[in-house]
Parts: sequence; structure tokens; C-alpha cells
Amino acid sequence: MPGWLDYVIIGAKAAFIWAFALSLLPVLIWFERKGAAFIQDRAGPNRAAIYGVRLAGIVHNISDVVKLLMKEMMIPPHVNRIYFMIAPVLGFTFILSAFAVIPWADRFLVGGRDISMQVADLNAGILFILAITSLNVYGIVLAGWSSNNKFALMGGLRSTAQMISYEVPLGMALVGIFMVFGSAQLNEIVRGQGDLLFGFLPRWGVFVQPLGAILFIVAAFAESNRNPFDLPEGESEIVAGYHVEYSGMRFALFYMGEYAAIVLSSAMITTLFFGGWQIPYFPTEKIVAHSATWLKVMLAGGAIGSFVFAAVMLAWSKRIRGRFGDRREGEGMFLFTLNIVAGAAFTFFLVKVLGLAALPEWGARTVALVAQISTFAVKTLFWCWVFIWVRWSLPRFRYDQLMRLGWKSMIPLSFLNIAITAVVLLLLDRR
Amino acid sequence: MDAILFYILAFFAVLGGLLMVGLKNPLSGAFALILSLCSLAGLFAMLHAEFVFILQILVYAGAIMVLIIFTIMLLNLKKEEIEEAPVGWMRLLLTATVCAAAAFGAIQIFGDVQPVTSQVPPEFGNMETVGRSMLSSFVYPFEVISLILLVAIVGVVLLAKKVI
Repeated sequence: MPGWLDYVIIGAKAAFIWAFALSLLPVLIWFERKGAAFIQDRAGPNRAAIYGVRLAGIVHNISDVVKLLMKEMMIPPHVNRIYFMIAPVLGFTFILSAFAVIPWADRFLVGGRDISMQVADLNAGILFILAITSLNVYGIVLAGWSSNNKFALMGGLRSTAQMISYEVPLGMALVGIFMVFGSAQLNEIVRGQGDLLFGFLPRWGVFVQPLGAILFIVAAFAESNRNPFDLPEGESEIVAGYHVEYSGMRFALFYMGEYAAIVLSSAMITTLFFGGWQIPYFPTEKIVAHSATWLKVMLAGGAIGSFVFAAVMLAWSKRIRGRFGDRREGEGMFLFTLNIVAGAAFTFFLVKVLGLAALPEWGARTVALVAQISTFAVKTLFWCWVFIWVRWSLPRFRYDQLMRLGWKSMIPLSFLNIAITAVVLLLLDRR
Repeated sequence: MDAILFYILAFFAVLGGLLMVGLKNPLSGAFALILSLCSLAGLFAMLHAEFVFILQILVYAGAIMVLIIFTIMLLNLKKEEIEEAPVGWMRLLLTATVCAAAAFGAIQIFGDVQPVTSQVPPEFGNMETVGRSMLSSFVYPFEVISLILLVAIVGVVLLAKKVI
């Protein structure tokens, strides 16, 4: 019988993964705007400010959210009211519930407890994500249908066809991973990626399943309706697709759903093909054994990073002095002070732990936990950036090209991948 | 706790089924069926049959229902196109009697059956168990089903393609 502490732990884990996913959304919107601006060689949003502080456009997000919250949520007279109101909620809910099986660190042993860092350690974990994302299509379909608008309906139909088509190669690409790692449990798959291949290469999914990784990443792009597969909302052809009739926070829910889907896809790509929380060459037990060194290195890295960033900010604020004639010039000094404080804090803790030869068991485990969570976050953030990178570098497909790629290239290639994997595994006789 | 969850899920499963038959709008009917299927999946999850739970959502609620909804949306029936069949009170009475008799009979037969939870082995409905039984004890039905599906796929292609 589970005690109250178990419920607290499960609640904390659910809160953590949702906080992780949701706090990445504003970061991603910022990434998208600044990334687009960078790729198109322009400045990007830089006007919204709170007392002159604009933090390279991050403040713009706040003004965006306020705008969306204040806007009227129009319900046009010709729509099917109930479905029109349910649709945005559905999509976002399903995406968020799929985060339940994403593991973000190795199991955490404390006080005789074995806490797996994953909300639900399902036996067929990865299939759960597939199931939930296959439900996600209903949000889009309902939005398109209930809007009672030809463009919206076209967008909904396109998205349905696209998601059904690309779910097949997505699932087939996973079969290779199941065969190599012998499990569908996400944490087991990540643990299997901790070994070394030929003594130097980490046994990541991308190295043992290169074709599968490419197929999976392409299909994941299509599943999250991102460019080059953003036909459902192709604004040059069907205005904005399924969310034409939406405004205010309901529109924002679609938008947030899209970014949450990016985070989910990135987390999946990281977990399955890029080692998840595994730090290459340093399995958990090794980190725990050398935890004092790890802690010192991490603190020293934090201190050095903060000081370097502070120095850069100082130089920058000197360079722009007198250029604008408003509070914008104070921004450099503000960030400089912030980083000096952070660096000082890191140094203080570093001096405190410098004398320690070994940490207590819980301390060592916590160090490993923090290191692994950071690794997972960095990898996920990198893949989020790739999503944005691709969006602003590639043109959109034509619809028949999209279908041809899905059915005539990717599905045969995924079958080929399964066959090759089976033959190689049989030759190596690993199973 | 388990009992409460079970009753909630069972309620929605039955409600979804009733709504699917009762609602006039075909799309609403399809969504009611999805509600029913998802509640059923929840019941599987309560038996710790995780794989069956996931398949229920993935295949039925995810794939098959998407196709049904796709069809409904493409046909896009207007309200006036749906024929209103007059329902006489005799017919209603007959249906109610049959349903009541069936329910009474079901209670008589299944009334003293014990709950199944305790009899289910822990590995029931796992990925390994399902896979193993598919490739060992149920290998012939499995192969026959895949043959039938293959025939269906070829048939669909033949029917859809006018000239070969």
C-alpha cells in the first residue's frame, strides 16, 4: 500500500516534468524569433521593455502573453460552439500527458528508496507516447471541422492525412531501437546507451541505428506539423489552416501546443537516439564514485562561465555607451552585476567544498542527478534549436511531394532498416 | 480508490456507448465512441495490462477512429440530409422490454461472479507476454489474420485503382 510520501514523490515528479516542458515554451518562442532574425540577417524583436530592460527580446514574450490574455476570444456565429471551444484544449492536454514517460535521470537512491526519475515507468513506454500523439490529431481535426470554414476544414484534413501517413514510419523506425536495446521501456533504452562501442564511441541510438535515427527525426518533424511539413497551416495556400477562426487565448493554446510538441519530439529524439540523460564515458556509478570532483568541476565551471559572461557584458556596455541615449545602455551593467553575484556565489560554494575528499551518499547521488538533468536539458534544447533552424532554412513541401516522401520513400526505408538490423543482430549474435 | 476509479471509467464507457447510438450528429457519435474506447483503455490500465491499454488507444481511438472521422468530415452531412425515422411508442416499449429482460438475465447469470483483479497474473497484458503468446500458442491465428489483412490491402488497391 503506497504511503503519503509516494504520492508526494509522484506529484513532485509530475510537477517537475510539466514545469520543464512549460518553461521551455517562452524560451522557444524567443529562440524562434531571434533565430529567424539571425538567419534572415535582421535584429528581431527588440522594442518591448520594462524600465528599459529588454534582455535581447525576452521581455517581448511577456507583452505577447499579456496581449493574448487581454484579447477577446471571438466565437464566430457560424461555428459549432462546443467543439470549437473544446478543440484547443484537447490538443494541448494530450501533448502534455505524453511527457509522463520521458525519463530525465537515472534512478535516485536515497534513504532506502529507489525513485525512478520518470512519472510512469510503463512497460511499453515509447508506445504510450505514440498512442497519445495519435490522439493529438483530434484537436486539429475538431478545430478545422467546427470552424465551418473551407480553409480550416482543408487544414484539418491535411493534418489528419499527414499524421496518419507519418505515424507509420515513426513507429517502424522505433522497431530497430527495440531490437537493438531489447526493451520498449524508455529508461531501459537510455541505460542501454551508456556502454561504449569499440571502446571509444558511446553506444547511442544514432550510432547503432543511423538510418532509423534519420527516419525518426524526419517523421517527428512531420508529426509536430513543423516546416517543411507545415502544410496544415500553409498560410500561402489556405490562410492559416485549422486555426483561422481562433483568436485570443484559444489561438495561443494551439501555438503553445505546437511548441510543446516540439519539446516532446526533442525529448524523444534525445532519449531514443542521443543517449537521454547519459553523459558519454561517465555512467552513473562513475559519477557517484567521483562525486566530489564532479561537484568541484561543476561549481568551477559555473563560476568561470559567470565571470566570462560578466566580462563580455562589461565590454558590450562600454561599446554601446552614448549610442542610444536611453536606459538601454544600463542593460549591460545590469547583466554584469547579476553575473558577478552568480559567479561570487559559485566561488563561495567552491571554496566551501574544496576541502572535501568525498561526499555523503545522498550528496553524491544528488550531484549525479543534477549533472544528468542538465545533460538531458542541454540535449533537448539543442534539438529544439534544430527544429527552429530547419524551419527557417527549408521551403515547404508540396502536398503530393509530402505524401510521396512518406509512403514511397520513408516506409520502404524503414522496412529496410528493420531487415538490416535483424541481419546484423543475427550475425553478431547479441541476443 | 480502485473501486471509485473503476466506476468512473465504467460510467464513461457506458455513457459513450449510449451517446454514440443516441446522438444525431454523426461526428458527435464518433466522438462519443472515442470516449467509450478511451474509458475502456483506462479499465485495461487498471488491470495493469499496459500493453493492451496502449494498443486500445493507439489502434482503436487513434488510428481507426481517425479514419472514421475523416470519412464523416469528407461527406460532411447537413442536418436536413439526415433522415428522421419516426419512432413509434410501440417500438420504444418493445426495446425497453427487451433491454430490461437482457439486463435482468445478465444480473441473474453474472450476479455472483467474483471480481477478476486478484486472478490476473502480474505479467498479464505485458508487451513480452502478448508477443510471446502471439508467436507461440496463437501463431496460426496470427498468421491467418496477417494473410487476411494482406488480402484486404491488395483488394483496396485493386478497387481504388481503376486501370491497371
